[in-house]
Amino acid sequence: MNMTKPVSAAPLGAELSRRLRECLGADCIIEERESQRPYECDALTMYRDLPVAVVLPENVEQVQQVLQICHALNVPVVARGAGTGLCAGAMPHPEGILLGLSKLDRILEIDPLARTARVQPGVSNLSISEAAAQHGLYYAPDPSSQIACSIGGNVSENSGGVHCLKYGLTVHNILAMTVQTVAGEEVRLGSLGLDSPGYDLMAVFTGSEGLLGIVTEVTVRLLPAPEIARVVMAGFDSIDAAGDAVGAVIAAGIIPAGLEMMDRLAVQAAEDFAHAGYPRDAAAILLCEMDGTREEVAQHVDAVVAVFEQLGATSLTVSDDEAHRALLWKGRKSAFPAVGRIAPDYYCMDGTIPRGKVTEVLNEIYRLSEHYGLPVANVFHAGDGNLHPLILFDASDPQQVHKAEAFGGDILDLSVRVGGCLTGEHGVGVEKLRKMPSQFSAQELAQFEEIKVAFDPALNLNPGKGIPILKRCQEYRALPARHQHD
Amino acid sequence: MIDQRGTTDADHSEAIIAALRDARERQSPVYINGGGSKRDLIGRRCDATELDVSAHRGITAYHPGELVITARAGTPLAEIVATLAEQKQILSFEPPLFGGKATLGGTLACNLSGPGRPWGGSIRDMVLGVQMINGKCERLTFGGQVMKNVAGYDVSRLQAGALGTLGVLTEVSLKVLPRPQQTLTLRYAMPAGEALQTMNRRAGEPKPLSGAFWLQDQLYLRLSGAASAVESTALQWGGERVDDDQALWQGLREMTLPFFAGSAPLWRFSVQSSAHFAANFGPTLIDWGGAQRWVQGDQNREQLDSAAASAGGHVSLFRGGDRHSEVRPPLNTVERRLQQQLKLSFDPDTILNPGRLYSWL
Repeated sequence: MNMTKPVSAAPLGAELSRRLRECLGADCIIEERESQRPYECDALTMYRDLPVAVVLPENVEQVQQVLQICHALNVPVVARGAGTGLCAGAMPHPEGILLGLSKLDRILEIDPLARTARVQPGVSNLSISEAAAQHGLYYAPDPSSQIACSIGGNVSENSGGVHCLKYGLTVHNILAMTVQTVAGEEVRLGSLGLDSPGYDLMAVFTGSEGLLGIVTEVTVRLLPAPEIARVVMAGFDSIDAAGDAVGAVIAAGIIPAGLEMMDRLAVQAAEDFAHAGYPRDAAAILLCEMDGTREEVAQHVDAVVAVFEQLGATSLTVSDDEAHRALLWKGRKSAFPAVGRIAPDYYCMDGTIPRGKVTEVLNEIYRLSEHYGLPVANVFHAGDGNLHPLILFDASDPQQVHKAEAFGGDILDLSVRVGGCLTGEHGVGVEKLRKMPSQFSAQELAQFEEIKVAFDPALNLNPGKGIPILKRCQEYRALPARHQHD
Repeated sequence: MIDQRGTTDADHSEAIIAALRDARERQSPVYINGGGSKRDLIGRRCDATELDVSAHRGITAYHPGELVITARAGTPLAEIVATLAEQKQILSFEPPLFGGKATLGGTLACNLSGPGRPWGGSIRDMVLGVQMINGKCERLTFGGQVMKNVAGYDVSRLQAGALGTLGVLTEVSLKVLPRPQQTLTLRYAMPAGEALQTMNRRAGEPKPLSGAFWLQDQLYLRLSGAASAVESTALQWGGERVDDDQALWQGLREMTLPFFAGSAPLWRFSVQSSAHFAANFGPTLIDWGGAQRWVQGDQNREQLDSAAASAGGHVSLFRGGDRHSEVRPPLNTVERRLQQQLKLSFDPDTILNPGRLYSWL
């Protein structure tokens, strides 16, 4: 699955190079192959390629100029934030440039009274909350990669995190953005109010995986930091019991700040790694976090403990201070690297299902695991139905790679079959492109394509990702090469 | 389910598709009408043949444990609200029911949300999926009935505020939430400037604030949530407790407060919550913690637009006035081109609600 291939000397290469050098400093352009290696993939390292050039503009004007040049020369543009994405959405295009936005990394303004932060796209997710903390505010969406991932990337993928059920996704937590069209024209979307006058283009841009335009500024909503947060950890001796407990919390009228499930293999790996005090013998554990005022959290913790006891929890722990809470989360937050220690490689899936189907789906995943002969550890945003099965395999064995891919594909099909979707928060990118027809009809895919064409008629933004381009659009000259990565 | 008018739940989507095919063939645009409650509100006047979709109604799926309800677009919101109430659940965006006439589809198309919007989200925030028929008469489904879905473009949310110009909505799935255990309202006497400061300051505290509006030198703050949290916050914040506060918030939501009476033009500002206006536009109601402001009467449009722009937002003519001219602020060339191209990507023959959003859409 290594996608690296030699690039033929494109006739446009010299002209592109000359024009880029006119507007950017030499340290902002990487044309040498070996120096481009750090940019060959995102965090889904199975898919790799090298661009004609990596371009790292230092300001918005340079982004515009680069887009104008590429537009004039009909050169593909792939945007990249911090490269933490999990769907190969930032994998370079061999005929195009990779537009890295990491140097646009300034927090431009924090307005504590209006509770907003205006930031450049390369600012990391966590640093927004760190800067807002002095005002008692924070930015709610918290993907696992929040130390590193950029807000521009969050917007492009509509990133989630463990607190989505209560606080929403990126799309619910941004007010406005500035984008550059494929031709390098600047447009403001959204407003500092809570809506905007025409079509809600911000809704379409959020999660559009860099296919519609380049985000150069984002205004996010900040929320007051809760007075207190406490987490209840419960062990269960069956997947069924844990699944029932998730439903029972919701039925009790409580929306937890986070509600996570891990199955036995994930629990054991995480415990060995983080020593968080997880019950190694449990079939599954739940981590249920409540936040809010002290009174509210006390009331809800009591209610959740009662629900878990009633449903036969085999162990129960309530965090008694911040350090304890952090420790209980440490196991969950390090689940991916922890699982990484017990196998040479893992492949993380991202289907979302109705909460009520969790038992059925996990049991089917275990059956598939036996069928393919590959172990699977399940980490699950149970509150909002977002599965992260981690398929363990050895990437140096082509047979195992093939099996892991097939297993992953089966899980995605299963998610769609039970009424869910292919991806809850990681995006389609290259990885799930071929699976799109399992969720969408030909007419629906054609509608996506029409939307794409409305913003990017020559299909130069992140070609070959996100949405499959159908045959009827192949009137575009370079399309066949541009839209197939293999 | 049968309501007072004896209307039965039914799937009329085939009839809607047939009507659209006919309209497309004859190049005769349609004006989509559900309950008719917003015909003279929000959008421009649309002079096209009416397509009545109100018979396409009924709740098709409701799983309280999933926090999801799905209904045909012609379903009256009142029916949905009543069904949710039986399970102690709510629509957190608190939409106006307009005497029982407001439908699910119309509310999404208008992106209409009530006083709880800054805290409970808008219908745009709570929509999980839609089924719709585009201008090519194709039945399309986007999103779904799960909480997170990032496959493909977010076409569901795009329908919020599109006023039916991209497609006829036929089915909508929404995220719903548990009803708060307790609600109470506090009142404070203060002028507008001080009220804006207070609303925004309070919204920055980690307390269960769920509504904040100001009218006639009175600021009203609503608290909703766990009883313990609501009571303790009320004690800390002081103020006068309002009896019968439900009627007050209902009047605000349904726009039946005396402020809204009469037929004078009604302007809606959607602006930064903390912004102060330099000019005075006469009687004003401030809602959404400062982010939505209502102004009555004949006004100078340019002056309003300029005030809205300097407050980081926009102003539109919500009711009355000249509804043949634009009711929304002008867009620049690039914005306009993107909006037009998006419209054409759904409705290449412009048969759906032409001119309802902008004269040129």
